[in-house]
Parts: sequence; structure tokens; C-alpha cells
Amino acid sequence: MKLPGITLIAIGYFERKMLDALADEVSNEYHTDVYLREEFKDLSPFFDPARKQYNGNALLKEIESQYALENRKTIALVTVDLFIPILTYIFGQAYLNGRTGIASMYRLSNERYGLPRNDELLFDRCVKELVHELGHAYGLIHCRTLRCVMLSSTYVEDIDQKSMHLCMECQKILGIHDHKK
Amino acid sequence: MSTNINMLIVDDEESVRDSLYNWFIEDGYEVGCAENASVALNMLEKKDFDIILADIKMPGMDGLEMLKRIKTIKPSAIVIIMTAFATVDTAVQALKDGAFDYVTKPFDPDDLSHLIRNASKQIALASENESLKSRITNLEQVEDLIGSSEAMQQVLREVQSVAPSNASVIITGESGTGKELIARAIHANSPRKFFPMVSVHCGALSESLLESELFGHEKGAFTGAVYNRKGRFEMADNGTIFLDEIATISAKMQIELLRVLETKSFMRVGGNKLINSDFRVICATNKDLKKMVDNGTFREDLYYRLNVVNILIPPLRERVDDIPLLVDYFIRKYCNAMSRNIVSIEPAAIRKLKEFEFPGNVRELENMIERAIVVGNGKEIRVKDLPLSQESVVSSSVESLDELEKKHIQLILNKYDWNISRASKALQVDRVTLYNKIKKFDLKQPD
Repeated sequence: MKLPGITLIAIGYFERKMLDALADEVSNEYHTDVYLREEFKDLSPFFDPARKQYNGNALLKEIESQYALENRKTIALVTVDLFIPILTYIFGQAYLNGRTGIASMYRLSNERYGLPRNDELLFDRCVKELVHELGHAYGLIHCRTLRCVMLSSTYVEDIDQKSMHLCMECQKILGIHDHKK
Repeated sequence: MSTNINMLIVDDEESVRDSLYNWFIEDGYEVGCAENASVALNMLEKKDFDIILADIKMPGMDGLEMLKRIKTIKPSAIVIIMTAFATVDTAVQALKDGAFDYVTKPFDPDDLSHLIRNASKQIALASENESLKSRITNLEQVEDLIGSSEAMQQVLREVQSVAPSNASVIITGESGTGKELIARAIHANSPRKFFPMVSVHCGALSESLLESELFGHEKGAFTGAVYNRKGRFEMADNGTIFLDEIATISAKMQIELLRVLETKSFMRVGGNKLINSDFRVICATNKDLKKMVDNGTFREDLYYRLNVVNILIPPLRERVDDIPLLVDYFIRKYCNAMSRNIVSIEPAAIRKLKEFEFPGNVRELENMIERAIVVGNGKEIRVKDLPLSQESVVSSSVESLDELEKKHIQLILNKYDWNISRASKALQVDRVTLYNKIKKFDLKQPD
């Protein structure tokens, strides 16, 4: 079964090579086409001065209203720090079984934690976040399988513990397990 | 991570409700949202929610007031109070009113995960506790107590009435009538049912062994006492002790027993420490204890201490109407135990069983059915599969020779399907004599 295609919207400044590689990884995981779109959108309306963070709920609604298309999953990748009112921060979020998701790279880089820069690790974390949020958009809930990318992660170390891939069970739910070796 | 936990989010801020809703549905929870306390309480009356996350400050009824109401609707519900401005006073008040936790918004994602994990564990424990309790109830349910006869129904009514109390009970009945089952039924229907029922077969133990068995012993109390050992009274703490064949205990043990029943305290054999135990005592006997009191072989004071309630179980021959029900129950029991298809029983076999004296009562009937299933053809229990032999007629209830003769002739006639020639030959009397006896005893061929 072929899943609906994906639109990856990069909001902010990213290396094109990295975005292409991210699109490839996402495409390989879900066996569907990924359309890459770069946007230079002003995110200041979503900034909360009290929290010095960007409102993830409001941004998700904006992506849904401005970019979402029928029969496609749209995911926005941003570099700003996201929050939702009840939580101190989020790595990303998506409408479960919906059309839209968002993922932030802000808390994924090693430098944020006083560690040496590691682009490879950053890339892996970024893939995991995109695949995870897209999984929700395709209807997957959090998975208990330790290496599954759908495992819930609250710290960046948790993200490192899981793989970039869906477990067999999650693949079966999406009907894409036959595509795998 | 699918789960069966239902969650209700109560907050007047839409963005908070949305955030929590999205967060929890991604975890596989079923989530409901309410914008104020009255909507939440309405929802709670219609649907069962396991975890309720409620804001403390809401227009109208606040979170603390709602918490109190929720606890009256569903005391087991886990309520987590959320607040943007935590104060010690409100936190203490919330916890005093039964909140599971009190958290300050916004939470760290990890704190939220921990909170819900802990709440889920609490729910799982509560549900496990419920399920274990119901398993105990099932284990203790005495399904072998079968009988639609008035005599048996009277016994069951007495069990129901005496069970909730703490009264001592003496169960009297012939051997095999199910005295221990009645004791179990009393225990299973009493407030002590979650604690053990400890049985002691007094008749099977010598005086010194019974003493050690009942009171326990300290290491070195006697040769062979290698370890400290708890006695049955100690084991029955908060539960019930069942003393079977109470009439067999010695005069010395009667005194000891009386003292323990009066003080609910005792010392282990060889020990010097007083041990307290809160137990209920149920005794059983097939003897007439009152007669034993009258002839001085059983202490009167102990008799009255034990005999607060007396339940008399009728022998099976006095409740023959229960035989088909019991047979059906034992057939199912043993066919299941032997993994066999359920067998039937021919009507003639039921008739024969109803005519039988059953000196061994229900136990004898049970053994008979078990044997018939083992030796039978696997489809139907027939008369020939049942060990209804001649000698069975000689039961303790038959006292006169006339009665014995009548029973014996009836048995032989039934055995030969009322073929007078064969029956008279077996009885070694002539046919006329047999006809005269049939007339004399008013014997009738079964339908």
C-alpha cells in the first residue's frame, strides 16, 4: 500500500544538502514521495515573550491552514524553540491521523547541552523527529518497542536510544511492512 | 502504546485542553475534555474516567470543589490538580481532599510522563487488587453446596444468617454430609474471607501432636522440634479456624481450648511469650455433643462456648430430591477433571440412586459417580456402573430386622428388574413367599 505523499516545509535557514538528505530518509521510511519546499516565514507572531519560546499549537494551526493539502501529509521543520501551554518545551507535534505536523531542531543540537558540535548526530535526531511526527500524522500512536522511532521521547538522550525506523508492528499498521527487506 | 485508560481534562483555557488532548491521544489514551467543572461532572456521570486532570482555577466551581464532588461520584478516580500559581496551602488542601498529585503548569514533558505512569500504575494496582479479591471470592465460593430440597435450603439460610457474625458455630451431621464445605461457606461469606480458613482434623492427631499443631512450638520444645513453628490458631489470625471431629479431643485439650477461646491468646509449646490471635472458631462433629456433656465426656462450659449456633446437616437419604442435582454436578466435575465429554445418566440409574441408603452420604455418592465415569462406556452411566451392592443396604439407619428384610428384598427385586423367578432364586425363597413379602412390605416396582 502506498501512503499519501509528504510535503516537507523548511522554515528558516538550512543547508540544502541536509534538507535533501532528510527528504530522502523520510521518503525511504514511508515509501512515498517527499516534496521539499523552503519557506522564509516570519514566526514572530508565534513568539511568547513571557516564555521566550514559540507557541507550537498556534504554529501547527497556521501550517494546517496555510499549507495543508488533501491526501498529503505536511510537516514543517523549524529552528525555533517550541512549547505548548502545558509543557515547558516540545520537540514537535502533529495532528493524530491528520494532515499536519511540526518538528523543531532547536533542542536537537549538541551545542545546546554544552557538548561539541556533531552534525551527523543532529541529522539523525532530525530524521527521527520528522519520521516520528509524520507517524502520528499517518495515525500511529506512541509505541513501546524500545528501538521503534514511535517510542515517546522527552529528552534528547531518549531520541538517541531509538532507531530511525518504524518497528514491524508499526509498519504493519501502516501496511508498509511488505516494502521492507 | 495503546491503553484502556480514559482521561478527562478539565480546564477553562482551550489551548491547555488542546495541548493535553494532543499529547495524550498520541500516547493512545482515550481523552475527553471539559471547559468547566459542571460539564466535567456531567461527563463523569455518563462515562467512567480513570484519570482526571483538573485546573484549580476555573470560573464557577473551582478544581478543589470539583475534586470533592468527583470523590463522591467515583472514589477510585485519580484526580490530578493543575495550577499556574502553586501555594503550599492549596497543595495541602488538594492532597487532603484526595487528589493524587498537584502539579504546577507548565510541566516538564518528563514530569508529565512520570505523573501519568504513576497514576496508571495506581490504576493497575487497584484493578489487580479488585481482580485478586474477586479471585479469592471465587476460590472461596463453595460451589459443591448443592441442594434444592427444603432441608438443604434451610441449612443455606442458616449459613447466610450466621456468616456475617463472629459467633462460634458447631456443625453437626453424619460423616460425608459436607460439614467442612458448610464451614467454608460460612467463612467465604464472612468479613474474614480475605484471611485464611485453617482446618484441623482433631481426630487424626494424638493429644501432644494436636497441642503442637494448634499452638505451635518453639525450637527445642521436644525431640524433633528443630524449628520454631506457628500453630494453627496463629495462622488463623483475622480468619477462621475449623476444628473437625471436635468430639475426639481429650479432657486436657478441652481445658486448653476453652482457655484460648476465652482469652484469644496462648503460648507456643515450649514458649513463654503470649501470642494474641483474632480468629473465629467453627467446629464439626458427627457425635451428639449434648449427650457427651450429659455423660461427662465433653466439658459443659466448652460446649456452650462453642455452641452459639448449631447447624445440622441432614443426611442424603433425607434429601433424596437433591440426588439428581448432585449427580449432574459430579458428572460435570469429573468429566471436566478427566477431560471427557459430559456423559449422561440413564433414568433407571437415578431411580436406583434415590433408593439407595447412602451411609457415606454425599461423599459416597461423589465417589460412586467418579467410579462410574472411570469404568463406564464414556457415553452414559448405567445401573451396572454403580456399585449399589447388597451390603450397602446394611446401613447404620436400619435398625429393625423387618426394615432390613424389606430393604434387601427391594434391592434384589430391583437388581433383577422385578423378575420374580430370578429374584426368588437369588433370595432362596419360593415365588409364593416372595409375593407374600411384596404384599407385606407394600413393595412397588419403580415406573
